[in-house]
Amino acid sequence: MQLARVIGDIVATRKDEQLSGIKLLIVQPLSPDHQPVGRPLVAVDAVGAGVGEEVFFVRGKEASFPFHPAEPPVDAGIVGIVDHWDLG
Amino acid sequence: MQIARVIGTLVSTQKHRKFEGAKLLLVQPLNPDDSPRGTALLAVDGVGAGVHEKVLVVLEGRAAGEALGRKAAPVDAAVVGIVDTISLYE
Repeated sequence: MQLARVIGDIVATRKDEQLSGIKLLIVQPLSPDHQPVGRPLVAVDAVGAGVGEEVFFVRGKEASFPFHPAEPPVDAGIVGIVDHWDLG
Repeated sequence: MQIARVIGTLVSTQKHRKFEGAKLLLVQPLNPDDSPRGTALLAVDGVGAGVHEKVLVVLEGRAAGEALGRKAAPVDAAVVGIVDTISLYE
């Protein structure tokens, strides 16, 4: 999984029907010191995340698992909202 | 698998139910010479690893789910071993 901040959302009316009702968010991956790293990407939301929140997201087919038995065609999904992290 | 160092722990109250009870570790992938490679990522802990330990990380969904002991978990990385020593001969 990767750390990220939610920086936007997307509305798409015409889309794969398995994506119906699924929230699409734009996430900016973060480093452990909260700095942006790499490019933003679109992730589906499985936990009720919102813009401005720090989250973690999973990549790959596993991003579709929270929507079982539907199998939406997705490759990144938010699976947790971060309370905090501590560096040792 | 990749070699990584555990650099931190993460707390999340609102998360997918398959993460309930799982320990989430921030791990920094390493090169063989211990220099950092790429960006730190988040892995579920399958072996009881702690901060500062050098560990083995799987970066694949099915394997990570197995390490967590849960089928169809939305995970893509897991700590599956703690490294004792590494010997390079070339």
